[in-house]
Amino acid sequence: MSEQVDSHDQKDKSQQTQKRMIGEHFDKLARAKEDGKKVVYTFVPGNVTELLGALDLLPVLPEINALQSGMRKRSAGYIAEAEKAGHSEDVCTYVKCDVGMQKSGNIGPTGTKLPDPDLLLLSYTGCFTFMKWFEILKQEYNCPVVMLHVPYQTEGNITPEMRDYVTSQLERNVIPALEKVAGKKLDRDALAHRMQLSAKAEEDLVAVWESAKHRPSPIDGYFGGVYYVGPIFSSFRGSEDAVTYYRELREEVEQRVREGRGPMTPDGEQKQEKYRLVVEGPPNWTSFHDFWRMFSKEGATVVSSTYTRVGGLYDTGFRHDYRRPIDSLADYCLGCYTNLGLPTRLDLLERYIKDYQADGFLVNSVKSCNSFSVGQLLMLRKLEERTGVPGGFIESDLVDPRYFGKANIENRIQSFLQVLEARRGKGPGDPLPKRSEGKRALTLIDDQKAGGLP
Amino acid sequence: MRCVLGIDLGSTTTKAVMIDESGRMLGKGITNSRSNYEVACAVARIEAHTAARFDMLERALSYDPSAKAWLVPLREAFRFELFLDDLVDLRATIATNLEGSPYADNKALARAVTSVLDSVQENAADLFVAGAPRRSDFFRDIAGALFVAEAESLARVGVVPFESLVGLYDRAILEVETRLRPRDTKSLLLRAVARSVKMPELDGTSAQQHQRMVQMLEHAVCEATKEQILEIAVVGTGYGRQTLPFPKEAVRSEILCHGRGAHRVFPGTRTVLDIGGQDTKAIQVDDHGVVTSFQMNDRCAAGCGRYLGYIADELGLGLHELGPLALSAKKAIKVNSTCTVFAGAELRERLSLGQRREDILAGLHRAIILRAMSLLARSGGVKTEFTFTGGVCNNAMATKVLRELVDENYGTDIQLNIHPDSIYMGALGAGLFALDALAGDIPPLPAFVRDTRMEAT
Repeated sequence: MSEQVDSHDQKDKSQQTQKRMIGEHFDKLARAKEDGKKVVYTFVPGNVTELLGALDLLPVLPEINALQSGMRKRSAGYIAEAEKAGHSEDVCTYVKCDVGMQKSGNIGPTGTKLPDPDLLLLSYTGCFTFMKWFEILKQEYNCPVVMLHVPYQTEGNITPEMRDYVTSQLERNVIPALEKVAGKKLDRDALAHRMQLSAKAEEDLVAVWESAKHRPSPIDGYFGGVYYVGPIFSSFRGSEDAVTYYRELREEVEQRVREGRGPMTPDGEQKQEKYRLVVEGPPNWTSFHDFWRMFSKEGATVVSSTYTRVGGLYDTGFRHDYRRPIDSLADYCLGCYTNLGLPTRLDLLERYIKDYQADGFLVNSVKSCNSFSVGQLLMLRKLEERTGVPGGFIESDLVDPRYFGKANIENRIQSFLQVLEARRGKGPGDPLPKRSEGKRALTLIDDQKAGGLP
Repeated sequence: MRCVLGIDLGSTTTKAVMIDESGRMLGKGITNSRSNYEVACAVARIEAHTAARFDMLERALSYDPSAKAWLVPLREAFRFELFLDDLVDLRATIATNLEGSPYADNKALARAVTSVLDSVQENAADLFVAGAPRRSDFFRDIAGALFVAEAESLARVGVVPFESLVGLYDRAILEVETRLRPRDTKSLLLRAVARSVKMPELDGTSAQQHQRMVQMLEHAVCEATKEQILEIAVVGTGYGRQTLPFPKEAVRSEILCHGRGAHRVFPGTRTVLDIGGQDTKAIQVDDHGVVTSFQMNDRCAAGCGRYLGYIADELGLGLHELGPLALSAKKAIKVNSTCTVFAGAELRERLSLGQRREDILAGLHRAIILRAMSLLARSGGVKTEFTFTGGVCNNAMATKVLRELVDENYGTDIQLNIHPDSIYMGALGAGLFALDALAGDIPPLPAFVRDTRMEAT
């Protein structure tokens, strides 16, 4: 979820809005200490941004900083810095990138220094690494941590007990800890108002996602998608700014649909939609544009992806609800993609493949992320069985450029797309091998003399 | 004659397969990929053309059953003529380089080089007789081995330093092997006819028989080279495919090509394993040979063909000698790392521990195949009929271990296919894709093919 939109040739109104929002947020962070504002570091999955906003606390999201560092080609240096400090090569590279950035002066994506945290809000939603990450930051910054433990959805549903467990933590631990840092009581009306704003933005975001059901899809739901989820996954959920951004974005996307236009890419509008894909797993950030081009130049559009759901699964019907704010915050945390068991993830992917009429399904398995990668091969096989849609598998990493083998990844993507083409039964001037092939094969085998081969 | 060409630009070797419109394979060619794919591509193509001419020659002689025996020495003589042409180029290149070097006035060096090259020429003749043990068919390898041997013996008696001689060779060979010379197949064949009838295999035949044979062969050569071979479509695959100016529609992934090639040769194939120079691929195909899924190694080339190459270099052996040596092992030492970079270190460490060379090699082969087994499992396992392709399937130890591990993991009912020409499966698959194109719109030929339609000039 990139907060910086700088790649699109043509700057739409929404992009300008997003850029302004991000700029203002980082300016606020840079001035936080002099303005007397308090800062809370937290994670994208299971973030409770409305609570922070209602208490006038400023969020910092280390994951977003790490991916931004990856895109800005800083991550290799930061990772080296963290490894120098003793972190193993096998540690999640978001963590190392964040630690390295902190050790290098903590300069954020817009070039301003990030303030130290006054509190670490550890929302745990299926990723063990989050706990270790904030354990490390606790030592680095010497500040308190409050944990929100979200139970895993083993059975694929949220039970009343699970919800109670989360709400009681919110009421008993999280809100008091936030109030203490903020120096004031939570205004429940302000929270409810923010929830209303969240739901509005969520409604528009879902419309943007689902616009990809059109042919051609007006958006790329993975590479473009990470830009679209940026504001709502990070600091802006529950803000007027987010409502404005998503309204503008939705209008632009609906306009594209009316005009029958394809998605924007780093090289302008994608003219051809040859393949519709569903992608599972996070993207690579260090070669993000190269990676994107491997798809866009082949006419492959990602119509839906699970990574763009890590900060909230709004297209299964969930909305933040101002009438029951704390309960709905609990449901939000419990429903994060990383908190779902394999069967639920499978059902979701199957639904995406069918609803978005995908030609293929691709896994990008990242070395850093166990919580994403575990079970992905099994998912691939199961989805092939259930949908008959071919699956592909590539491997890279989040922000460690050493794990992005361009030639190898490109080879696999091209092979995968050619497989889709061949299995579809028609190619660019290349008909599917005919039934008569068996006969030809015999001719060839009998012909032992012809240069030796069969 | 209209035909199509499939070219597989591998990291180690470049292969070409020529197929006629009816799907019949006319010829195949192979060369080392050098540092220049364009030349490698052209050479492999020319080799495939040559093979096609030999095929036509054989057909032109088919009326006389006794003529078959003459084709063996003729093929050897043909290769020797090619070798001699390359050697002339090498000689000239070394002379030019020497002239422009600081050693231009070093008469002793000039004399020594001439003497080495003379010996290379003389000794090479023994390598081009039927059944002669040639480690490789590539000029670089044959000439290099002879040159180094000769340079060593001259250096030993103190004539000139070994490094000076080999330095001249190393520089010149790069130029010679990346220089593309048109091949006049007909006149080369006629020269080969003249040479072959003097070859030892044909001792004991009378002068009259010779005379008759020469006439018959010359006539057949004229017949076989009369018809023009016209390439209509070319499809490229393999690692170097992106570096050549192939039009987009004339490029196919090697995964699709290996799957299709293997399925063409063994139509029952459902699983294909390809171990090439720098990657290993596990491929599943349907009953049409169309790929349904695949897995390949990530950016690290551990356990691929190049790994065996380094091991062979480290032991001072030819690549083809590794398998037989490993087969003579009494036990397989457990090797966990198949890292190509550390191959030498791993080997030396184990040797220093007193472990036997063949036992270590057995362990290394097992480690490679275990890695491939993991990719196979990830791609969906091994199905009823399984075909092994790529350069590594020429290694008897690799195929033996594969058989064992397939039996162990998937049962003994799996049919395992290994064709002696498995290395050409990718090029064959590419050729079949080119053939498809004939049915539809004909794709434009890659520029390098258009520009170098040089066969039979």
